[in-house]
Amino acid sequence: MTLKAQSAQKTETLAENIDSSVVKATVIDSTTVENTVVDNNAQSSQQLSYRHAFMLVLKRDLTIAMRHKDDIINPLLFFVIVITLFPLGIGPEAETLSRIAPGIIWVAALLATLLSLDRLFKSDHIDGSLEQMLLSPHPIFVLVLAKIFAHWLITGLPLILIAPLLAVLLHLDENSYTALFLTLLLGTPVLSLLGAVGVALTVGIKKGGVLLSLLVLPLYIPVLIFATSAIDTAALGLPYSGQLAIIAALFFGSLTLAPFAVGAALKVSTN
Amino acid sequence: MQFNSFSDFINMGGYGFYVWLSFGATALILTFLLISSKAGHQQIINQIAKRKQREDKLRQARELRKQQNEQQNKALNEVTE
Amino acid sequence: MWKWLHPYANPEVSYHFTNKLLPWLSALAAIFLGIGVVWALLFAPADYQQGHSFRIFYVHVPAASLSMGIYFAMAIAAFSSLVWQLKLADASAAAMAPVGAAFTAIALITGAAWGKPMWGTWWIWDARLTSELILLFLYLGVIALHNAFEDKNLAGKAAGILTLVGVINIPIIKYSVDWWNTLHQGSTVSKLGKPSMSLDMLWPFIICFIGFSLLVAVIICLRFRNEILARNSIRPWVRELVQKQNS
Repeated sequence: MTLKAQSAQKTETLAENIDSSVVKATVIDSTTVENTVVDNNAQSSQQLSYRHAFMLVLKRDLTIAMRHKDDIINPLLFFVIVITLFPLGIGPEAETLSRIAPGIIWVAALLATLLSLDRLFKSDHIDGSLEQMLLSPHPIFVLVLAKIFAHWLITGLPLILIAPLLAVLLHLDENSYTALFLTLLLGTPVLSLLGAVGVALTVGIKKGGVLLSLLVLPLYIPVLIFATSAIDTAALGLPYSGQLAIIAALFFGSLTLAPFAVGAALKVSTN
Repeated sequence: MQFNSFSDFINMGGYGFYVWLSFGATALILTFLLISSKAGHQQIINQIAKRKQREDKLRQARELRKQQNEQQNKALNEVTE
Repeated sequence: MWKWLHPYANPEVSYHFTNKLLPWLSALAAIFLGIGVVWALLFAPADYQQGHSFRIFYVHVPAASLSMGIYFAMAIAAFSSLVWQLKLADASAAAMAPVGAAFTAIALITGAAWGKPMWGTWWIWDARLTSELILLFLYLGVIALHNAFEDKNLAGKAAGILTLVGVINIPIIKYSVDWWNTLHQGSTVSKLGKPSMSLDMLWPFIICFIGFSLLVAVIICLRFRNEILARNSIRPWVRELVQKQNS
């Protein structure tokens, strides 16, 4: 609700902007309106702090996401359906299911993230706001990070919230719930960060969807290995801080390096 | 020489199938790669030649049209004169 | 110090240089590979444990290490093309990707063919085979990205970024797969471990390895030549060359 209010406020300020300046456009799509707000702000105040720019892009992406709620819900639904398919395919024995539950949940999470990745830059690329963003005086690093963070809030966070429910369906060992939560919390940002590189590379290509999975999935393997092993170790009642530390290392590594790669890739893609 | 006869050599002490499979697959893949890379050279040259032909043809057509236009203009001028 | 390198940044010079280099490289590759393969198949002693199946080793190991090596070479080329804007580095990276993928495939096939008599199954989720499989995926991703772009220069840049991301990930993937493997199959002793090789096994191996490396160089040169022509198709020197070839 607060987001909606903010977006409404924004459109109001924008309406004033439009009135004052000589803009002849009569019908402006709401998203492009948002874009022009960002651009106007970026151009008018050169000294916009990094934090401010970050928040601006983040808010913008979140408002857009809130307007297309099915984009948030569909990957989640996919996640749930894939996980319900496994017991149907393998059989309902609790023992087998709890044995393979970490793997299934994580693989489904990978695929759900992959499905939602396409949206990260695609619509912005189509309506041209991505190019505007790259032309703005702020470092791409900050803007890209904001977009990735928004993507994680939209797709990663709901995944984490719904995962315990699915873990119940798969009879996951009771000791592993914290491990599942922690690995998802640390791991899904890595998925978003690495995935962003792949999206940035394929955003200019017409049929980039399948290509994207080919590029990104091999890079996800380390996260998958360490996360599932942490959950397995937790099920045995052993300490799993080592695996968590490695996932955290992957997270910080990709946090520092991926935005640069994304920036470079976006420059190539938008050309 | 490790083998007494040719059939011994083919048999490879019972491992013949696996040894020849790996050597054969390697040879097959590498020859394919070698030949396709080699053939690619001529292909690219032909492509470039074809493109050049097309460009030449276009240029000729353009020049022809220009000449025709000039003649027409001349004819028109003569008529008006 | 780097002055002698400068002329080779010119596509025409390096095209003619590779042309001159090719026959020598091919001859050397043929000699080394001929000697190496005959030695490996006929004269090298059989392993006391693995018998004659050990001969697969002479193909498998060079292919596996070359597949890794080519990826690193590709990453270096991609890096120099992105940082110093060397167009030719781009072309060489594009030339290397299919070769690397082919060698990775060879390493996988020979690995499976060696695994069948040794482990009893064609495929085992052995750490080295698994990372080789993932390497193949990385190569295929780079090649697919190359083919997805119409513009060769753009394709080179995009694939270069992907290669660099991949090269940072390779050690992590390799480490994680090794670790995953020891976790899940602690009991299986890797039979492909380093055997203490006797000299009459080591020599054919070294010669095979050099032979395969030379062959890689030959194929890369062939493809590099094609890439240069394709990227410079509107230049006058290419036009002249094409005319000379076709007349």
